[in-house]
Amino acid sequence: MPVRHTQRCVRDVPRSGPVTPGPEKECPVSDSDVAPLETAYGVQHHVTRADAPGRPAHEGGPEMVQLLTPEGERVPHAELDAIVDALSDEALRGLYRDLVLVRRFDTEATALQRQGELGLWASLLGQEAAQVGSGRAMRRQDYAFPTYREHGVAWCRGVDPVNLLGMFRGVNHGGWDPNEKNFHLYTIIIGAQTLHATGYAMGVQRDGDVGTGDERRDTAVIAYFGDGATSQGDVSEALVFAGVNNSPVVFFCQNNQWAISEPNEKQSRAPLWHRARGFGFPGIRVDGNDVLAVYAVTQQALDAARSGQGPTFVEAFTYRMGAHTTSDDPTKYRVSAEVEVWKHRDPIERYKRWLLTTQRADASFFEAVEAEADELGTSVRERCLAMPDPDGSSMFDHVYADPHPVMAREKAAFEAYHASFEEVR
Amino acid sequence: MAATTLAKGITTGLRAAMEKDPKVVLMGEDIGKLGGVFRVTEGLQKDFGEDRVIDTPLAEAGILGTAIGMALRGYRPVVEIQFDGFVYPAFDHIVSQVAKLRARSLGYVAMPLVIRIPFGGGIGAVEHHSESNEAYFAHTAGLRVVAVSNPHDAHWMIQQAIASDDPVVFYEPKRRYWDKGEVGDGPDGALGTARVLREGTDVSLLAYGPMVKTCLQAAEAAQEEGRSLEVVDLRSLSPLDGEAVLASVRRTGRAVVVHEASTFLGLGAEIAAMVTEEAFHHLEAPVLRVGGYNVPYPPSRIEEEFLPDLDRVLDAVDRSLAY
Ligand SMILES: Cc1ncc(C[n+]2csc(CCOP(=O)(O)OP(=O)(O)O)c2C)c(N)n1
Ligand SMILES: [Mg+2]
Repeated sequence: MPVRHTQRCVRDVPRSGPVTPGPEKECPVSDSDVAPLETAYGVQHHVTRADAPGRPAHEGGPEMVQLLTPEGERVPHAELDAIVDALSDEALRGLYRDLVLVRRFDTEATALQRQGELGLWASLLGQEAAQVGSGRAMRRQDYAFPTYREHGVAWCRGVDPVNLLGMFRGVNHGGWDPNEKNFHLYTIIIGAQTLHATGYAMGVQRDGDVGTGDERRDTAVIAYFGDGATSQGDVSEALVFAGVNNSPVVFFCQNNQWAISEPNEKQSRAPLWHRARGFGFPGIRVDGNDVLAVYAVTQQALDAARSGQGPTFVEAFTYRMGAHTTSDDPTKYRVSAEVEVWKHRDPIERYKRWLLTTQRADASFFEAVEAEADELGTSVRERCLAMPDPDGSSMFDHVYADPHPVMAREKAAFEAYHASFEEVR
Repeated sequence: MAATTLAKGITTGLRAAMEKDPKVVLMGEDIGKLGGVFRVTEGLQKDFGEDRVIDTPLAEAGILGTAIGMALRGYRPVVEIQFDGFVYPAFDHIVSQVAKLRARSLGYVAMPLVIRIPFGGGIGAVEHHSESNEAYFAHTAGLRVVAVSNPHDAHWMIQQAIASDDPVVFYEPKRRYWDKGEVGDGPDGALGTARVLREGTDVSLLAYGPMVKTCLQAAEAAQEEGRSLEVVDLRSLSPLDGEAVLASVRRTGRAVVVHEASTFLGLGAEIAAMVTEEAFHHLEAPVLRVGGYNVPYPPSRIEEEFLPDLDRVLDAVDRSLAY
């Protein structure tokens, strides 16, 4: 599938230095981006414009970078093939292993929620390739700023998946040291982390860790967020700050088509990746269910960031296969036919097919991964159940760096109150 | 009217207000087809259309900012903030614009907005979903702040809030959404008034929102021990119904204020100051506060230890009576 438009956009927006306004080259918009006459909302009425957003929600359009079709056929790509070709067969099999283990972990967490062991779970089902592809494109020194759904990215960063369960179980609000694996705490406030990522990248610039040519030094930051998040002022502000500072940050938007019950058309009239242009840096849409394409596109964007060429906006076009969270009931707002369409685009199936047909993996490999997934599921379950409830009095710890009279007084009163209670019993 | 839940009390109140006044519009995230995450707006988009029940983009600042513009154009927007912890992106618009436009325009501009906020804890949620941030808004002149505690008030007070030409921050106790009660034929007093829900002679319990039920249970338990507790549902946090509060405290001589919010600079602090200033000679004991501790809302597994409960209320009653 030709992807020329996108590639040209990527190259044409000036990268180096503060973005200078100059003669802009056309970033062609394909026909499919122009809204058709029918509205996406069905009924036309006087508020909804007749030319409101129109692309059928599940079509990525011809500009979408895809290296593997849903059938598992490899699509050649002049620029990105080199990135994929550089991966050893072992690394390629590793991506498959990641996809399967991440899904298995996620399935186990959903089950744990159903059994009352977690208060809530936000499943990444369907988004494995977007997360594994981008997560594996990062280098050790890079830094990720996740939402609450980035379990696959956490996995790639080497975060113990059980750590992710804590806040969903209600025993902490995150609680891991973000600097251990360069993976920030989950952020529930929609969009906030995109600014944090940008500020972190501004720090990287001031440390001189950009554009040195040293592979182990040059650092990029990646901000994860959803399609709904793009509506938040914080996200636009992050794009502004990153643009004017030419910061080494990749904005990785997983467009899973839904923000709880609101389809993407309620958030944006234009395709999300187009937005980058207005902020002065390139945007690109990639098939988020194609782990190879996500890997290649993200690596290119991270490389650009590390080498001092500034930010990139990556829209990973994917789908939230499950409910928003375990509290949600998607039958209230979306039709199962849409889910069926996306089932055929499953990220794991297509990749498995490709590994098989290109003889990069055989049955014994797939069996071994299955077995490993089962082991992971079992261990995650056991360790989740073993997570202790915190002590009530721990709520007074870690609120301030220095001793604080209110904390001291309240903690003492709290303990005395509970002690008196026990005596009575 | 038959018994209904607090959530449905608001739904029927919204419906009545929308039927009465075509300028009433609802705005918020997921309030259309889904009917809101608590289903408070369930069925309203179907019946009133997308022009009046607006699924907004995911942007609280945008929601409040555009609601202001709608109000300037003569509409009466009722905004839903999905959870208490998500109101902060809109804080600037609420505090700097909504609260001040009437005064700045010397009364030419009205801001008949209602900002609905499900608030409080006790539902085992992840962070940002259990906060009690009413004091920020009660601290801001130009805003009215109310909190409902039962289906009857939910049904009538939402209509009073919509009818008010002042902006109203309308707090809904999310853990009581599913509690049932009768909805009577009309409101119990004007917006801004408190209600004595249970008369008593020993101590006044002053509460609002989710803690009203807790206080009623505490009063019930205390009765078995021979103590008579009065329970005042404040209903309005700004303005406070000073008359009602002072009348109750003058009767009992003792007051315990109960809220989920942290006590430091909370409503309890204001009430304690007011009672001390206005009814000092009637007091047999200092005004006591039972509230959340002054820490970030804790993880849900220990939230019950953060939240005031019947025992903590009765403990304060004991301490008050010991003076
Ligand atoms: C400031 C803020 N407002 C509202 C919410 C409630 N909320 C949680 S997730 C969500 C939808 C997010 O959609 P999207 O950005 O597309 O991410 P997805 O959940 O689809 O991964 C909403 C509205 C929130 N967490 N934070
Ligand atoms: Mg989404």
